[in-house]
This record gives sequence, structure tokens and C-alpha cells, in this order.
Amino acid sequence: MIVFLIKRLANAVLVMLAVALLAFLIFRFAGDPVELMANEQMSQADRIELREKLGLNDSFLTQFGRFVGNAAQGDFGISYRNGQDVMKLIAERFPATMELALVATVLSLLIGIPLGVITAIHRGRWYSEGLQFISIIGVSLPSFVVGILLILVFAVTLGLVPAFGRGDVVQLGWWSTGLLTASGRASLLLPSLALALYQITLVMRLVRAEMMEVLRSDFVKFARARGVPRWRIYFRHALRNCLMPVVTMTAMNFGSLIAFALITETVFQWPGMGMLFIQAVTFLDMPVMAGYLCIVSFIFVTLNTLVDIAYAVIDPRLRDATR
Amino acid sequence: MTDHVQQTTPARKPSRLARFRQSDLWWSFTHKPSAIIGAVILTFLIVTAFAAPLIAPQNPFDPAQLELWNSELPPIWEADGQWPYVLGTDTQGRDMLSAILYGSRISILIGVASVVLSLAVGLSLGLVAGYFGRFIDNFLMRIGDVLLSIPTILIAILVSAVARQMLPPELRDVGSAAVLVLAITLSAWVQYARTVRAQTIVERGKEYVQAARLLKTPARRIMLKHILPNTLTPIMVAATLNFGMAILTEATLSFLGIGMPPSQPSLGTLIRLGNQFLFSGVWWVVLFPVVQLCLLVVSVNLLGDWLRDALNPKLR
Repeated sequence: MIVFLIKRLANAVLVMLAVALLAFLIFRFAGDPVELMANEQMSQADRIELREKLGLNDSFLTQFGRFVGNAAQGDFGISYRNGQDVMKLIAERFPATMELALVATVLSLLIGIPLGVITAIHRGRWYSEGLQFISIIGVSLPSFVVGILLILVFAVTLGLVPAFGRGDVVQLGWWSTGLLTASGRASLLLPSLALALYQITLVMRLVRAEMMEVLRSDFVKFARARGVPRWRIYFRHALRNCLMPVVTMTAMNFGSLIAFALITETVFQWPGMGMLFIQAVTFLDMPVMAGYLCIVSFIFVTLNTLVDIAYAVIDPRLRDATR
Repeated sequence: MTDHVQQTTPARKPSRLARFRQSDLWWSFTHKPSAIIGAVILTFLIVTAFAAPLIAPQNPFDPAQLELWNSELPPIWEADGQWPYVLGTDTQGRDMLSAILYGSRISILIGVASVVLSLAVGLSLGLVAGYFGRFIDNFLMRIGDVLLSIPTILIAILVSAVARQMLPPELRDVGSAAVLVLAITLSAWVQYARTVRAQTIVERGKEYVQAARLLKTPARRIMLKHILPNTLTPIMVAATLNFGMAILTEATLSFLGIGMPPSQPSLGTLIRLGNQFLFSGVWWVVLFPVVQLCLLVVSVNLLGDWLRDALNPKLR
């Protein structure tokens, strides 16, 4: 077990180092940092001094080492665009993205699981087949299209909910939340639904597949023979045995949900990390891009590693199987 | 599929088409309505997109054909609609139908190019990794691991943004398509490489490969002529589904403003441009490109779905 743990952690560290290298290359070589930072009036001497001060004349390895060291302490430098600390900028936007992704995850489970159960136990009925067909469309629709359609229907035509921004937020320490105000909750509705739709279809298809398998198993047949009420078989016996893969998938996909949130955030002008990143991309604000990449990858890698370790704790067979 | 009886082969060897029409694949196709719908829609979209110069009412890239007094015309069935602007015009007087046809052509071309390029990269690296094993296998698969540990959309955005920055300004419009293909390939090749590698490792141990090696067949020939054909079934499914993904990724990047420029708009660019007028009541400039994009991706995915089931040996 300890060997597995060390191997898995080493792997995670390696991946993070590779990500850091990518971020560093972007920061250092996609455009000259000095030129991007300097303004018109700066003299040649000032530029050389700035170059020296930033340590851009050191060897590649020294620079990369310093970059990793700083990044590990959450220091990604200052934004080219407004001169603010990158970590502070991201930290300000972090709660908005987190809230969006969390609500979307909850929605996907609340909607996806019942739909999956229904389509599994009523297989072949017209509504099950219809839901299956809709789920293919749901997988095919890009999230920005879902967002635009939702805005067009619910905000522009019906005027039910706001389409832009976060509404009023309440500060809880450093965390800002929109869940405590009516306008905040209303603003959260469309973006979280747009982000969740893909995940809903995934959960639904997974639950359906698992349910169909479990319903064929002996213990379900035995429960039927014993005369256990049907809803009890479905929800107490069968569904419980389907939830493990659903939990795994939800945990694994949370990272990509945060990454994909950047599209939803752009559509809904949601003031999260993703919008910060897209703005940074258009203004070629390399430190912000590098910082965002590192932080999102860190969340992604951490979740994957935790899921793997949790699996190994539950199922000893996996300890030797993985590499 | 058990009730399908193969007819006895006639004396003369049947043509390729006749043989295809007797295959299991064709049988499953004709018995799956969603696959037929997908194929019909996709064929229609591809034909209209590539016939755009012939059938489109105007050339949306030719500024001389744009007339500002024809801007923001609604579709033909609305009160103010005007022939020949069937789907209305945008704020610059561009005919939406023409823009969509030309835009689909760009989207489809980029999708095809990305799939072809990622297939070429993925298949060759997968074959090499699986056939030679050891160091090169480890090295390539670790690179793949790292790429898979970053959300694909992030890779595509970063590559696209950074590569465009590196291009000289006069090449930026022309190079956008190439940059997009590169960005999509970089995030898509790993899947092919992994599939082919796994299959290659299995095939490498079989007798026919050993026999070929004993005959001193060059490694390149063994990989391409003997092993590759045996790995293609899962690859076909992956390639079809990835074609849909590639079109989506391109559309997403263009929507975010780091894909095709407004001078060469793909469907994603059209949606981005239309999205700015979402609240001014000009709904047709955003809705029609959205519908076209969805039709395109849904029809590809319907085909991919059918292919996955039809080629899955477990379901035979």
C-alpha cells in the first residue's frame, strides 16, 4: 500500500512539474516579458535593468526552478494588464467558479440519477427512448450553445431570470457567495444548468447502464422472489449498487467542469476564474494564463489522485494492478 | 443479427459495392433509423456546404456584394423579410444563409483536417510505442498521461492563443485554420495512440507477426501492413466521434475569439458575432448558425453511436 501511495504521488508530482514547465514556457517564451511589461517611455537602460531584476538572464534551469518555487508558494508574479498580484486576482474570482461548478454537480446528480433509473426500469417505453435520444443531443450540444439557447428562451423571450453577472453577493470572510441573496440565486440558475447539462446526460447514461446490469443480478431476483416492493428493490437494493461509479465519475469530472466553466462564464459574463483567463488570453497576459493553468491542473490532478487512492483503499486488487 | 443469412457466393466475384451491401455493417445500418437520419442529414450538410459557391445567394467574403441598406433583414417568413435573404441578414447586410453555408465548409474542413492529422500522429506513435516497447513506449505514454491530466479544452486554448501570438501579423488570418488544426490535434492524438498501442501489444505476440519477423520483414512493413489493419475497428469509431468533437472544439475556440477571424468566419465565429446582438431582437443572426452547428454535430454523433454498436464484437 505504501509503495502504491508513493508511486501514485510521484506520478502526480511529475504531472504537475510538466504542467509547470508548460506554464513556464508560455510565460517566458511566448513573447518577451520585458517588452510586454515595459511602456513606451522606458529607456533601453531601464529595460536592461528590468531584465536583470526579473532574472531573465539566468540559465534556463535556474529560471524554471525559481518559477516552480514561487508557484508552489502561490506566487505567479503580477498581471501585465493591471499590475495586480496574479494569485490575488485568481483568489478573488475563485469562489464564483467554485460555486458554479458545485451547483452544477449537485444539479447533475439530482436530475441525472432519477432519469437514469427511470430509463433503466422502463426500458423500451416511448419516454425512455425519447430521453435516450435527447441525451445524444445533450452530449452533442457544445456548452456555449446551450448557454445561448437558455438565454434566448428564459432571459430574452420570457424574461424570467437574469442572463448576465452574479447578482448580489455576500462576503463570508474571503469567500463571496451568491447563494444567500435572491438575485444571486436567480443569476446562478441558467449558468449552472448550462454547465450541468453535459454532466446530466453522462450521469443518466451511466446510471442507466449500471441499473440494467444490476437488475439482472441474482440478489435482485431473490428480492423479487421474496416479495420486496418494487420501488424498494429499485431504490434501496439496485440503485445503491450503482452509485459507486457515479461518485467516481463525478469526482473525476469536477476538474473538467471547472475548466469547461470558462466557456459558460464567457457566455453569461460570470465573474469567475475562467473569464479572467479568457480576458488574459485576449490581452496576452501571460502570468495570469500561467497561474490559471497551474491552479486548474492542480485541482484536476489532486482529484484524480485522491480518487485513485480511495479506490486502492477500498479494493486491494488495484494496488498491484496500477503500474 | 442472427437472423441475417449470408447468401451463397455466386461464381463470379461480386463487386465491392455488392459485397458491402451484403455485409453485417450495411445490415445494421439499414435497421437503425437514427443512423439513417444521421447519414442523410450529414450528407445533405456536406453537399450544401461544399456547393456553397454554386448555391449560395451571395459570396459573404466579397465586400462588394454587401449592401448596408439590406442589413438586419429578418428571415423570409417574417413581415419584413426579403428575397433572396431566406434566413435574413446580419448587421453588415451579409446574407445569413450564405454565411452559414460558407461557415459550415470551414468548420467541416477544419474538422476533417484535425481528424486526419491526429490519426496520422496517433496511429504512428501508438504503433511505434506498442511495437518497440521499453523506453520509447514509456516516454510517449508519459507524454500522453500529462496531456490527459490537463483538461483538453485548456490545451487547445493555450496552443491556439500562443501559436497565434507567434505568427507574424500578416499571416494571422491565413494561419488561423492551421493553428486550430494543430491545437485540436495536440489534444486528440493521445486517444488514438493509446488504443493502437494496446492493440499492437496484443497483436505483436501473435504467430503471424512472429512469422513475418522470422522472414526478416522490415519493422515498418510489419507495423503498417500486418498490425495496423487489425487495430482499425476501434479506431474507426473513435475517429467518427472525434470528428464531432473536433468541430465542437473549433466552434468553441472560435466562439471564445481565439479561432477563425471574422474575415473567414466558421460557424463558431458566426455564433460569436451574432451573440453580441442577442438582446437587440436580431435573434436570427445567432439562432441559425447554432442550429446548423447542432445539426452537424448531432448527425455525426448519431453515426458514431451506430458504428460503436455495430462494430462492438460483444453485441454481435
